[in-house]
Amino acid sequence: MTPLLLAALLVMQDTTAIDRGVRIGIVYRPGVRPGLVMLPRSGGGTGLDSVRAMITRDLDYSDRFEIITLPGGDSIRLATSSAPTRTPPPASRRSSSAGTSRAGPANPGALNYPLYQALGADFALDITRTGDTTLATLHDVAAADVRRTLRATLPPPTSADYRQAVHRLGDQVVQAALGIAGIGATRVLFVRDGKVYQIDQDGAEQKLVSSTNRQAMSPAWAADGRHFAYMEFQAGKGWLFLQDMGTGKRIPVSTTGTALDFTPAFSPDQQTMVFSRATEEGTDLYSINVKSNCCLRRLTVGRFSDNLSPTFSPDGQRIAFVSTRPGLPQVYVMAADGTDQQLFAPFDYGVTGSSNAPEWSPDGQSVAFHRDVAGTLQVFVLDVRTRTVRQLTSVGRNEDPTWAPDSRHLAFVSDRSGYRQLWIIDLDTGRIRPLLQQSGARLPAWSPRLSEATSTTP
Amino acid sequence: MKSVSLLVVLGLGFAAIVSSCGGSKAPENTTPAVDTAAENQRVRDSIAAAQAEADRLAREEAERIARQREADSLAALSRSAEEVRNMLASMIHFDLDKSNIRPDDMGALDQKVAILQANPDLRIRIGGHCDERGSDEYNLALGNRRAQSTKQYLVSHGIDASRIETQSWGEERPLVDGHDEGAWSQNRRAEFEVTGGGDNLRRPS
Repeated sequence: MTPLLLAALLVMQDTTAIDRGVRIGIVYRPGVRPGLVMLPRSGGGTGLDSVRAMITRDLDYSDRFEIITLPGGDSIRLATSSAPTRTPPPASRRSSSAGTSRAGPANPGALNYPLYQALGADFALDITRTGDTTLATLHDVAAADVRRTLRATLPPPTSADYRQAVHRLGDQVVQAALGIAGIGATRVLFVRDGKVYQIDQDGAEQKLVSSTNRQAMSPAWAADGRHFAYMEFQAGKGWLFLQDMGTGKRIPVSTTGTALDFTPAFSPDQQTMVFSRATEEGTDLYSINVKSNCCLRRLTVGRFSDNLSPTFSPDGQRIAFVSTRPGLPQVYVMAADGTDQQLFAPFDYGVTGSSNAPEWSPDGQSVAFHRDVAGTLQVFVLDVRTRTVRQLTSVGRNEDPTWAPDSRHLAFVSDRSGYRQLWIIDLDTGRIRPLLQQSGARLPAWSPRLSEATSTTP
Repeated sequence: MKSVSLLVVLGLGFAAIVSSCGGSKAPENTTPAVDTAAENQRVRDSIAAAQAEADRLAREEAERIARQREADSLAALSRSAEEVRNMLASMIHFDLDKSNIRPDDMGALDQKVAILQANPDLRIRIGGHCDERGSDEYNLALGNRRAQSTKQYLVSHGIDASRIETQSWGEERPLVDGHDEGAWSQNRRAEFEVTGGGDNLRRPS
């Protein structure tokens, strides 16, 4: 129950200052999250504790479950499983779950379902091990049966891929329970002290990915999660680089190095990169084919305005960006070829402050950005269909939001704790957690879901 | 020469003794011719010596002055070049989220125009900077605007555009750390950096 209360409090905390004419805050639907209980450890198997801890945290951070903690440790489990012979589930139930799993030797079979139901659990998850195989058995408490048994061969905990493999198993559990993939196996790139770092979404495994001492900015993921682009200051210019996540090898984007190029963004098919280029005429958006390294095209002709910070819609058809054509920077949208440019996020002329750093959500329905409210920055979300905006934050300075692949979590920079660091907010519950406890982190970019091949870091 | 003066001294001494002890004997009887000759010689010699010494001193002084003058003029030159360099490097500042040149900075820019005109080989780079309050990425565009409007001022006052590079640093290189208007106002600036032809800068006439 505590997370519920905490979430409610945080929602209240972040909606104290309300602007006129702006719908504020988070739509909070209490009581819709299914309860999930992580069953206590029933047997041996080294390393299982950390697997359980990581998956429990991933399920918790998904904000899709009410995680139920069992009181008194193992006592409940012992009460149910100490019986020497287990009653096998009735044959009919067994066959109903046969499509997704076979009750293997490690399948605990019948649990004390009524007890877990009384505790408010809709799901019960058991993590066990057989030989090299780690099994995650998801019980459907109401149906009093096993929903699915997931098997994974985890690399040793010393392996660089260990944590990602555990996260992937956790994501499969979310998928099995709700039919929606989790976001455990994702990472966030960010900039600190002019260098690009990566960090797992659970705050573990922070790692430097910059390969030079030059000042870097604006990391951006390619849709496959295997590459990212970023900008680096060099000899008075802004250079764009493409870097391979796995090998660390980087190549400059062609035609870069002649001007100040910044804020790169990939098209969803990864063929095209759109970026900002600052010249004598101001800043404008250009596109280049990064597959064949050719065909530089200018998309905006600003003359007296600046156009920057592009972000593609997930279908690749449109680009949201920032333009100063109304005087202050505001969020605009255009077709991917540069035509049909128009205002995207509504604002009151002369009243609304600067709006910057748009990012289109992976589901295409929203664009997150930050806007100057009374001299400080706050995170807003634009509903693409209705073209209405709502303010998401109000505590401290909050900026540079970036979407998780589930389109319901945002990582952003906030100084709410006294110094600038990365935070994650769940738009559905309003729950906020720090991603990083170090100051100076900024310009985060949340990865797509990372498959096995992409998360390998040699 | 030494012996002569010694003789004179002895002679004088002798005369003094005689006159102090003597009753009636007149002192003027004592060897006047010899003494006169010695005295003349002595005067001549001392004049020559003094002349030689004076000549030597004068020569040395002249040399010293020449050396000093040379050093002074070098120092003055480099001092003047240093001064010019400092005038050139003096920053200008901007209002919040603005890139227009402030009237109180025009004098400093006019001075830079004069320096650029007096030194035709001089090439510079203008760096535009922002304070930390704006958006990180937008500040790159704003810093570019600041560098461009500064360049535009110089160009519109007769400086060839090809002599001026521009660069934006956004908010990435604050001059002053701090989170108040005092720091911010100093960080919203354009910096001027010599990229070529910066040796022996001439003062604008």
